[in-house]
Amino acid sequence: MSTAEHTLVLDPITCEGRGLCHLAAPELIELDEWGYPLLPGAGLRATVHHADRPAARAAVDSCPVLALHLERQRQSKTTPL
Amino acid sequence: MSTGVPLLASRSRSEHVAQFGPLPDLSSPERRGRLIDEVERAGLRGRGGGWFPTHAKLRAVNESAASRRRLSRGRHPIAIANGMEGEPASSKDVALMAANPHLVLDGLSLAAQSVGASDARIAVHRGSAAEEVLTRALRERDDDPVPIALVLPPARYVASEESALAHWVGDGVATPVFPDRPFQKGVDGRPTLVQNVETLAHLALIGRNGGDWFRERGCTSAPGTTLVTVAGSVVRPSVVEVPVGTAVLDILDQAGGPTQPLLGYLTGGYGGAWVSAGQLDEATWDPESVRSAGGVIGASVLWALGEDTCPLVELDRVTSWMAGESAGQCGPCMFGLPSIAEDVHRLAAGAPGADVVPRLRQRLGLVAGRGGCKHPDGTARLVATALDAFSKEVLRHEQGSCSAPEHVGPRLPVPETRSLTADTARKDFR
Ligand SMILES: Cc1cc2nc3c(=O)[nH]c(=O)nc-3n(C[C@H](O)[C@H](O)[C@H](O)COP(=O)(O)O)c2cc1C
Ligand code: SF4
Ligand code: SF4
Repeated sequence: MSTAEHTLVLDPITCEGRGLCHLAAPELIELDEWGYPLLPGAGLRATVHHADRPAARAAVDSCPVLALHLERQRQSKTTPL
Repeated sequence: MSTGVPLLASRSRSEHVAQFGPLPDLSSPERRGRLIDEVERAGLRGRGGGWFPTHAKLRAVNESAASRRRLSRGRHPIAIANGMEGEPASSKDVALMAANPHLVLDGLSLAAQSVGASDARIAVHRGSAAEEVLTRALRERDDDPVPIALVLPPARYVASEESALAHWVGDGVATPVFPDRPFQKGVDGRPTLVQNVETLAHLALIGRNGGDWFRERGCTSAPGTTLVTVAGSVVRPSVVEVPVGTAVLDILDQAGGPTQPLLGYLTGGYGGAWVSAGQLDEATWDPESVRSAGGVIGASVLWALGEDTCPLVELDRVTSWMAGESAGQCGPCMFGLPSIAEDVHRLAAGAPGADVVPRLRQRLGLVAGRGGCKHPDGTARLVATALDAFSKEVLRHEQGSCSAPEHVGPRLPVPETRSLTADTARKDFR
């Protein structure tokens, strides 16, 4: 298993806000007052360190609409936008 | 028109060619490459709000088309001119299209050719004053190497965001898309170039006169001239063209100056930022200077707010409208913005209760960066900057009074405010 960092990505348009990801990984994902997930850093992409990877994986697996993804971090962006 | 800016008569094609000369020939790949080099030399940055370097976008569309071509044939890029002008307080794009439709269409033609597009669209919202002018202008052009068609997406604020525009051209639904960016995957999955109409007008002049010519005006970091909608408590609400980097006070003077002592300004439009009077006295109209003064250029709106107007009452009307313009897709936007609008409404009405302003501030921090597009970010900034710029008035309202209860000054233009439900949202975006 690699130790490369991963990024947890939330698609806010697909997300339906039922909060299953929070139940699966409360230490990683909070819910806001409207019931929508708050990733660490309160954005749509959060860096997941090695130790948090199982929690992130559990959150991703719990989402019934596939609104969460775990991406391996790329070294550099190749496009300007 | 809503901001009270008069429109000039439009130039015919023959008048246009007589004034500006013919368009350069881009029939070879070398010439297309040289045009992009010239745009880079010019240092042209997009006038649709983000000031993103235009040459970088042209190259990005070219590159994503080249990498795609290896996978599938016959999926040429498409170019879209964004003449939607979603900001109600802005008139610069419609003023430009009304006066110089062919300059915008020339720019679209050059940009479309430079990315190897097979077709192009110019988009103005349904009901736009530019529709008739453009229809007439397009009838005068049958020689564009890339065919151009006029399209009329619905008049919704976020329909003018670039992924929403591409979505509408492809699928007939004007809602923003996540996470694909149009330059990679836009209309029907094709690489899609979206440029503001003013950006394209500058590009048409750069194509004729070159990058060095363009750099003769403006500043090093943002060359050229730019259009500004100056309105509110000024003598002559107008669209002015100034070199980027012109002193903000000079721009106000070009609109006849203020009609009364000012409380502050709305910069950029409804997704922009408020600043208090005095904060812009030293600033020049370029992205960096306006930002360090606390404002944003955004849609290039400079709205002067007079002392006879309560900023919080204005904020209330605009915030409710912005909340109703959510596309109803993302929780922090479709629920967060109405909650924010309700807090602002209580504050504007006076004596909101001690918990409202702290709760509002907390909510503002919770919506930015969490939507599929930047609509929540813009709305949160509008409100947060008002609380800072007009902190005295906020205190007064918390105590149940108001310094301008008569509220007689010019009102910020607000189209019909929608109440939001997921069902109505879907229909409204077609
Ligand atoms: C909510 C929202 C509304 C927007 N409205 C407009 C608009 O009315 N006109 C426009 O040109 N760009 C608008 N934009 C910016 C576009 O997404 C896009 O960046 C722009 O058209 C690109 O043109 P430029 O590179 O020439 O500036 C909007 C963006 C957002 C997030
Ligand atoms: S489980 Fe999926 S749909 Fe539910 S709140 Fe989490 S991300 Fe959204
Ligand atoms: S943030 Fe709001 S306007 Fe933007 S895509 Fe999501 S719901 Fe639509």
